[in-house]
Amino acid sequence: MSVSQASHDSAGTTAVHEGTYSGGLWSWVTTVDHKRIGIMYAVFAFFFFLVGGLEALLIRIQLGSPESTLIDPDLYNQLFTMHGTTMVFLAVMPLSAAFFNFLVPLQIGARDVAFPRLNAFSLWVFVFGALFLNSSFLFGGAPDAGWFGYANLTSTQYSPGVRIDFWVLGLQILGVSSIAAALNFIVTIINLRAPGMSLMRMPLFTWMTFVTSFLLILAFPAITVGLVLLMFDRTFGTSFFNPAAGGDVLLWQHLFWIFGHPEVYILLLPGLGIVSEVIPTFSRKPLFGYPFVVYSGILIAFLGFGVWAHHMFAVGLGPIGNTVFSATTMLIAIPTGVKIFNWIATMWGGSLRFKMPLYFAVGFIAMFIIGGLSGVMHSSAAADLQQTDSYFVVAHIHYVLFGGVIFALFSGIYYWFPKITGKMLSEGIGKAHFWLMIISFNLTFFPQHYLGMHGMPRRTFTYQEGLGFEAMNLMSTIGSLVLGFSILIFLWNVFHSLRKGESAGPDPWGGATLEWAIDSPPPHYNFRVEPTVHSRDPLWAEGGLDVDVNDPTAPEPHMPSPSLWPCILAFGLVLAAIGAVAKTLLVVLLGAGVVVVAIYGWAFQPLER
Amino acid sequence: MRHPWRLLKSALPIFAIVALAGLVSGCGGPYPQSALRPASDFATSLDDLFQGIFFWAVIVFVVVEGALLVAVFRFRDREGKRAAEHVHGNTILEVSWTIAPALILVLIAVPTIRTIWEVDRPTTDPDALLIEAVGHQWWWEFRYPDLGIVTANEIHVPVGRTVDIRLTSADVIHSFWFPRAGGKRDVIPGHETHLWFKMDSVGVFPGQCAEFCGMSHALMKMEMVSESEEAFEAWVALQQKPALGTGDTAAPAEPEEVAEGEDVPEPQADPLDPELRAILNAGNQAFLGSGCIACHRIEGTVAAGVLGPDLTHVGSRRKIVAGILENTPENMARWLQNPSAVKPGSLMPTMPLDEDTIRTLVAYLESLK
Amino acid sequence: MSETAAASAEMHHSSTGLPSRKLLMWAFIGSECMLFGSLIITYLVYRGRSIVGPYPDELLNIPFITVTTFVLLMSSLTMVLALAAVQRNDMRQGKLWLLMTALLGLVFLSGQVYEFTHFVHEGLGLTTNLFGASFFLLTGTHGAHVFVGVIWLMTLFVLAVSGKLTSENAETVEITGLYWHFVDVVWIVLFTIIYLLV
Repeated sequence: MSVSQASHDSAGTTAVHEGTYSGGLWSWVTTVDHKRIGIMYAVFAFFFFLVGGLEALLIRIQLGSPESTLIDPDLYNQLFTMHGTTMVFLAVMPLSAAFFNFLVPLQIGARDVAFPRLNAFSLWVFVFGALFLNSSFLFGGAPDAGWFGYANLTSTQYSPGVRIDFWVLGLQILGVSSIAAALNFIVTIINLRAPGMSLMRMPLFTWMTFVTSFLLILAFPAITVGLVLLMFDRTFGTSFFNPAAGGDVLLWQHLFWIFGHPEVYILLLPGLGIVSEVIPTFSRKPLFGYPFVVYSGILIAFLGFGVWAHHMFAVGLGPIGNTVFSATTMLIAIPTGVKIFNWIATMWGGSLRFKMPLYFAVGFIAMFIIGGLSGVMHSSAAADLQQTDSYFVVAHIHYVLFGGVIFALFSGIYYWFPKITGKMLSEGIGKAHFWLMIISFNLTFFPQHYLGMHGMPRRTFTYQEGLGFEAMNLMSTIGSLVLGFSILIFLWNVFHSLRKGESAGPDPWGGATLEWAIDSPPPHYNFRVEPTVHSRDPLWAEGGLDVDVNDPTAPEPHMPSPSLWPCILAFGLVLAAIGAVAKTLLVVLLGAGVVVVAIYGWAFQPLER
Repeated sequence: MRHPWRLLKSALPIFAIVALAGLVSGCGGPYPQSALRPASDFATSLDDLFQGIFFWAVIVFVVVEGALLVAVFRFRDREGKRAAEHVHGNTILEVSWTIAPALILVLIAVPTIRTIWEVDRPTTDPDALLIEAVGHQWWWEFRYPDLGIVTANEIHVPVGRTVDIRLTSADVIHSFWFPRAGGKRDVIPGHETHLWFKMDSVGVFPGQCAEFCGMSHALMKMEMVSESEEAFEAWVALQQKPALGTGDTAAPAEPEEVAEGEDVPEPQADPLDPELRAILNAGNQAFLGSGCIACHRIEGTVAAGVLGPDLTHVGSRRKIVAGILENTPENMARWLQNPSAVKPGSLMPTMPLDEDTIRTLVAYLESLK
Repeated sequence: MSETAAASAEMHHSSTGLPSRKLLMWAFIGSECMLFGSLIITYLVYRGRSIVGPYPDELLNIPFITVTTFVLLMSSLTMVLALAAVQRNDMRQGKLWLLMTALLGLVFLSGQVYEFTHFVHEGLGLTTNLFGASFFLLTGTHGAHVFVGVIWLMTLFVLAVSGKLTSENAETVEITGLYWHFVDVVWIVLFTIIYLLV
């Protein structure tokens, strides 16, 4: 490997590297550095992952015994609504965004994203939006109509008060964050690739980020329109979802799921990308069938727009609709299978080093297969009439989103933690985390398949004795508590390793992609000298990179200056939303004023000072 | 270096857990609400389809997880193991693992589509019994338009005869689900949906709302009594009668003032015994006086409200409060005392009723067989 | 208005040769297509489903809207002229055409305000029926886009007057133009769907 360690020889440069994260709170608020933004995304997202997890534990404790009265239905409905909303919008999506932010510029050999301030804006909109949404717990209760918010339960008639208003505005704000981030990554990936890095040489994670970003910008407008219609109904008294005035409640379901199904792939594809990076590294073998893995990711995303009505098989679409949506849904199994086969083929004939990232990646594949197979069961519209809205679906989504996405994200965390922090996570604690998590995960969610088939509907705050649900629910509750404990072990690992972890060095795993050519943590400008790429696995090529990307004699690159405007703009948006919830026009106008000032302030502030 | 078997050993707990989960889940029971115990033609079609798909799922599971395990154990890094060969792909393999799942999907798609066209079309059975189900927050109203019956939360069907259910909603979206009678169908305001099935065994089957519909969604239950044609006829005959104490069980009219010289009409005997008559009279008074009539209907009396369940034959029902309480005087009293304590968010307000009124009302309602 | 990452630009201007800001606008327009698409679907789903009047055929004034549509189309022409002028650094013409474009946009907006007021006088408010709700939301969203465009053009005009806009900023004008043309094209679609298919 020709990657030079020279930068460590000069005390001056080392100080710069340590400076990547140094500086006070203010430097974090005004930062436009993709690495810092990525870390903040990760910290906030993990915080909300814990919040969502706590909500899940309360749900499970309530369901641990039949006819339990620990949690009343009013609170229970808030908890399951916020659990879903939090996990989707405030935990998994921003955790993926954390990886996008930290890694994509490194993987494509860039110094930052295309629009660093827009990137900071996305972060702050997410943070303020998330706080806004959760503040509802303090003001009259959290949203309680489900994360899917089916009309007309969300109308003022059936949901008076401000709970649903928080949800409607909160999701619109989070949509702004997602779309802004996705636009940024699309342009970054198209335009900032290092010389020689053609699209078909991009690392798989970057590829999946690219595909996910397109899904985001194309899927979010549909739910935005749905939310705007709902907001008009609630605020101005229109009748978009009022059947008495001719409105159609099913329009909401169509708009929601035209967004909602691509959203599933928005959650999933980054995980598939992570696993596609980890498996080759720890098999010491390039990804098998790279173009097929790439194309299958694109195909999954494309088909994802044509399957939304499989969430609506029970509404009575008629045999033609159900047949069409069954068929398109089944088609998705093919590219998904192709990915799984290619991962196994990558390991086949490899030289597998069982480090924590690979443990989680293999755990991901094992669990994702189960989730995929129950997905095929749902794709059959007729069979799904028994499964939909039952605990069988709860089991399915958790096998896909927890067994799949969360395992993949943990794989990514163990894999890139050394790059991000410069410290290795403990393998010993990691193993305890992994085994406890995968066992308790199965204990929690496997019985739910049976619960659903035995007739337990989802979103129910209790169940009667005598239906045979007691034992399986208790098992699931015990599993969930252990699952929660396994997450604490992970947190301990992070704190322990940050203080006492082994130093990582630039490339602890022998990775093939560009991020492993620079120091850990990377200097704030990433690459002192621009790399040139000649293959898909540039660091595995004979002789490695042909330039020393860390060359301390090269001039230090100028980086964009910090800016507070993105944070102010994000604050203005949320201020307007606060005004809207409080039905105070003055505050709305004030928020709008802040937005306008911030846009002009931003536009006329030079990028570099 | 670790021996590969050590990993297998460490993988054992997970298999044990899955097996245990399967075992515990498989036993227990008796699962009166289970989709895996079909009791109608509709449920059987869906179950057959599910079993077929499940068969293929198990095969795919074994093959793919098996391949994963083999890869994991066989290709572990060991001392002296030579470096991995850098293979980039194999088109023949790619094509085959694209085609193989596609073939399995065809094998799943064919019965799926056949079943969709079987169960998603309106029934063609001319003898089908039409039942209208109306979803309310949080109870079910059932009407038999051809038989002139209105009831709540309890549906009676004759075994072996097609039942055609027409579903509408009075407020938000609900979903009609008797797992042993077949799949669910959403109940949507502004839309009319249908579901039909033919029960093939006699019994009482629980069901419940399957679409989140607000606060007490979990308590929106119902029961289906599938019974012989004779038992069904008897039930229909009972339900068609006006409420006890009205119609042919009405109290005899007070003798009118008769003109001098005319025959005094023979005073009619009360068809009910005096004790029951007293209960009915007092109850009726209390029912009128307590505001119940604003929402409830009792055929043959002035109570004609339509917001709550029809109570004409409430005493004949197996359960009350959308199927969550056995129909006993104690439960009825509990419900009347504080409806929201039994069904949170219930639209039925807590009436300021004293103990005596509640006792009177309970006796009255329970007598309405 | 120079959001292009200077640092990145320093390494290599772009992998594709296209300016990043232009790519951003194109991707944004892609997202906007889905936004207007969803709104148009809503409008079409609710066509003919209002249960009380006034109905579209009683209200829509096609000749009037044809005129304002023509005005908006002309603003696309002036936008092209403005960009061409700025590119050849003819800032006198550039200022003129930027101002003209903004003014034509304002004329279109005034037409819309007149139309809305007229509808309200005729008894069609936002909450009157489904036609009112979906019409005002769809055309209102478009109008808001035109409004943002007018503000943007005015800002460029002010910059040009104060001499801060030169041919070096032609890219900014070009991106403004992309947005402006997109908003015009959306109007052609809306005009067809709302007024011609009544």
